[in-house]
Amino acid sequence: MALPKYTETRYRVWHYFYLGICTFVFFFLIAPLFVIFPLSFNAEEFLVFSEGMKRLDPDAFSLRWYEDMIYGTKNPWGLAAKNSFIIAIFATLGSVILGTVAALGLSSRHMPYKGLIMATLISPMIVPLIISGVAIFFFIAKVGLAATHLGIVIAHIILGTPFVVITVTATLSGFDHSVTRAAASLGSNPINTFMKITLPLILPGVISGGLFAFVTSFDEVVVVLFLAGLDNTTIPIQMWTGLREQLSPTILAVATCLIVLSVLILVSAELLRRRSERLRGINR
Amino acid sequence: MSSETNKILTTDGIPLEESLKKAERKNKIKAFLLVCPLLLFLIITYVFPIGEMFTRSIDDKMITNMLPNTFKSMESWDGQDMPEESVFENFYIDFKKLVENKEHGKLAQRLNKEKNGFNTILKKLFRQIQRNKIDENGSFKEQITSLHKRFNDVEYWRAIKRTAPPYTMAKYLKGMDLFIDENGGIAQVEEDRRIHRILWLRTLEIAFFVTVFCFLMGYPIAHLLATLPMKYSNLLMICVLLPFWTSLLVRTASWMILLQQQGIVNDFFVMIGLVSDDNRPEMMYNKVGTYVAMTQILLPFMVLPLYSVMKTISPSLMRAGKSLGGTPFVAFWKVYFPLTIPGIGAGCLLVFILAIGYYITPALVGGASGTLISNQIAYHMKTTLDWSFASAMGLMLLTGVLVVYWIYNKLVGVDNIKLG
Repeated sequence: MALPKYTETRYRVWHYFYLGICTFVFFFLIAPLFVIFPLSFNAEEFLVFSEGMKRLDPDAFSLRWYEDMIYGTKNPWGLAAKNSFIIAIFATLGSVILGTVAALGLSSRHMPYKGLIMATLISPMIVPLIISGVAIFFFIAKVGLAATHLGIVIAHIILGTPFVVITVTATLSGFDHSVTRAAASLGSNPINTFMKITLPLILPGVISGGLFAFVTSFDEVVVVLFLAGLDNTTIPIQMWTGLREQLSPTILAVATCLIVLSVLILVSAELLRRRSERLRGINR
Repeated sequence: MSSETNKILTTDGIPLEESLKKAERKNKIKAFLLVCPLLLFLIITYVFPIGEMFTRSIDDKMITNMLPNTFKSMESWDGQDMPEESVFENFYIDFKKLVENKEHGKLAQRLNKEKNGFNTILKKLFRQIQRNKIDENGSFKEQITSLHKRFNDVEYWRAIKRTAPPYTMAKYLKGMDLFIDENGGIAQVEEDRRIHRILWLRTLEIAFFVTVFCFLMGYPIAHLLATLPMKYSNLLMICVLLPFWTSLLVRTASWMILLQQQGIVNDFFVMIGLVSDDNRPEMMYNKVGTYVAMTQILLPFMVLPLYSVMKTISPSLMRAGKSLGGTPFVAFWKVYFPLTIPGIGAGCLLVFILAIGYYITPALVGGASGTLISNQIAYHMKTTLDWSFASAMGLMLLTGVLVVYWIYNKLVGVDNIKLG
């Protein structure tokens, strides 16, 4: 973004002002995440940088909060993590299967009432979470699944499918349907065609939709607060209770782990996006 | 030549047109069957329950089922003078049945909500029935009215008649700090009890300003990301995507650390001499904290749609604008900005809708002024268990969101929503 030599002074000033604003906004976006990192290694119980930490004194740093997170007697993080992963994995599987199949139907040009059906399918994404939470709670309570894993999984499938539907229909919009016709003319049955031809081609879209669904489930707190009992506590619920009562350094240790997890998810999502773009480029 | 003979036939001898139609229908059914599982799943688990929220919010059948005979005999009563003997007789029959089922307390509670004073007089009637003091062969009207002077007050009988319809709008009115007064008109609750209107306004205010802040901060960086060479923009994109993928609670926690009184932001203010060390401003547990944290959390939802729209705008358009004599500002305002409107619309809609239903972050960093309408809904769902009121407020919020969505659709078009 080098400026041409003939730029007038006022535009030059404006340009640097603009770059300054951008720097500030990027800093505003990313900096808060880096505060958690050092504080989670704090040897003391307070959530401020101690004098020792400012001097980079090795004694001021410790892993005690990580130990507390894993081995602490009263800490529910182990159970919460286990529940979170189980729920998120099953919710993702459910969302991906239901969402992908629906997206296949939706992207067919023969689909009747496309607009109306699409609106219904993505409505859980548009309706504010609290309302979805109330509605889903009424359903789950009525069928007697409150305070069970299955109930929460169903709730998270509802919230996760819109992402899968959107990403997979987007991937399918660049999909060349003549390849499936070619497979059919060569004697392949529809299921075989889907598994061997369609699925490998749309896989990046499916996986990135799945990632969205996974993160949605893993990070979801509003609906779970209605549905969960003591045995179904998840990481977000524990963080919510912890943050409301007292901000302990153990929460920061958990938060650090979650940031590392989100870096992993970001990297895989980014790689998938590039792969999908490359594949779509070849199709064209 | 007639069209009959002109028809093209397939090898089976069926007209081609018909055969094609059949194939078309088959494809339609096939596509629909693929969508079916998810559609049915959502209708059963999600769409119906939202409908159920509506029936729950207007439901007032409890009292209709409690006083069936009374309401029947009240049908012919015009509500002017005291009701006839038959109304009293039926009221006695209904009430006695409730006493036998130990449900008279519920009735007293419900009627007391309609008009203050029912609790006392119904308790009196209950005691008389328990002691078998009411002579079932005598006049019920005389015996009941002699129990308490309020039974002689026609207002109380009118209050009972008002509860006859099985549906009520009372919960919706309560959500707007209104209620149905003794004459059946709509009145405002006392000034110091008008809490819901404050909450609605605060929710709207926060959602609106967060959207504005997100737009003001998101537009420049989306522009930078879209115009920089790929090499740099990919790197900077991480700054947007990493918060996007990070847990909401983690980001809220980091703001709680930053904004606390001994926190880094205050340290920084003290360091540059903006505030004195012993007079650090409170930045959390008030609106400042809510705005700062929510803006940072929702900013990616503004940047991503803006970026995807700006990416498609050719840089030669700006150059053309400038070469035709426009200053950079004019070229930007007349050429570039109008082209980004779909992105602005999508970003603002997304942020506004997310913000209006938010409550985790405001509840944690907003303090007493951080309760929004969603908190109130959650509170009634979990604490007071007034599910019908929670449903009513939820549906009012949903209506608001749908109106915003409809306006957006009119102005920009829903098809322009993109997810990064």
